[in-house]
Amino acid sequence: MIEPGTRAPEFALADQDGNEVTLASLRGETLVLVFYPLDFSPVCTDQLNVYQEILPELERARARLYGVSVDSAFAHKAFQRELGISIPLLADFHPKGDVARRFGVFNAERGVSRRALVMIDPEGIVRWSHISPSPLQIPGANLIFDALEQAAAA
Amino acid sequence: MADLRSAPPPAIGELDHVRGPPGGPLVIEYADYECPYCAQTDLLLIELSARRVFRHFPVPSKHPRARVLAAAAEAAALQGRFWEMHDALFADQGRIDDPHLWERARRLTLDLGRFERDRRSERVAERVAGDFRSGLRAGVVTTPTLFVEGALHAGVPGPELLERLTGGAASARP
Repeated sequence: MIEPGTRAPEFALADQDGNEVTLASLRGETLVLVFYPLDFSPVCTDQLNVYQEILPELERARARLYGVSVDSAFAHKAFQRELGISIPLLADFHPKGDVARRFGVFNAERGVSRRALVMIDPEGIVRWSHISPSPLQIPGANLIFDALEQAAAA
Repeated sequence: MADLRSAPPPAIGELDHVRGPPGGPLVIEYADYECPYCAQTDLLLIELSARRVFRHFPVPSKHPRARVLAAAAEAAALQGRFWEMHDALFADQGRIDDPHLWERARRLTLDLGRFERDRRSERVAERVAGDFRSGLRAGVVTTPTLFVEGALHAGVPGPELLERLTGGAASARP
């Protein structure tokens, strides 16, 4: 998985509304990428529901959070609506899992991303990354705030 | 900004709701009244007579009424009837609209006007939010989540954990 201190690979992915989101367009803000295996799978559902609750605190910390999975933009739209969340979801759909692969979090055997978090600073440098030991384990939101503080102190 | 950095679940405080006989391991439970697994867990803990602390972990995008229900339990607490409301909520998760809450409040002979004011009050909202934040800081990401002797257990407790909570008595039961 991508190491802290490395420059984050550029990407251009469609969000749930089909709008292109690029890393370059997000320069100047701290970015938290939430890689997860699949839309509509029960564990991811809990994860994004809980992360939805920390959006106001993230905003105060000038950080933006995006979900990323290999699902298409249309599936993301339906998933977002199903969950009742506003977290933007990026479609790492074609070539499938390409961004997850470049961040070193793709599970080639299963064809989906691993469950991982990556924090990228406003200059585009990876400051923190975390991979779940098992796809069933959801990283707590507290880890994101620990990493934010570490990045701020560095 | 609220501090959401990692921190262990707080020790029992003055505001906490504690139930069950003293002695034996203490269970800190983060749960939500609209969550069926939480209701199931609640029953298991009652049967075990485990000593426990109940804390609110409502996730509105998952359970739209969870925060309202937590506030109702806290409003009942202000009239000294927390556990009665708690049990009444878990006992009938299909009836969680406002009229159902009033019905419960009446059955518990609460002062209805006060219940209505309290459950919408800033004080109660902050009480519920405080529990939620302490859960987030302790790494809670799903309900129910139990902490037993500092260790986090997500989901309905399995046989191993139940056995530990009873000191082996659970396995001896028919």
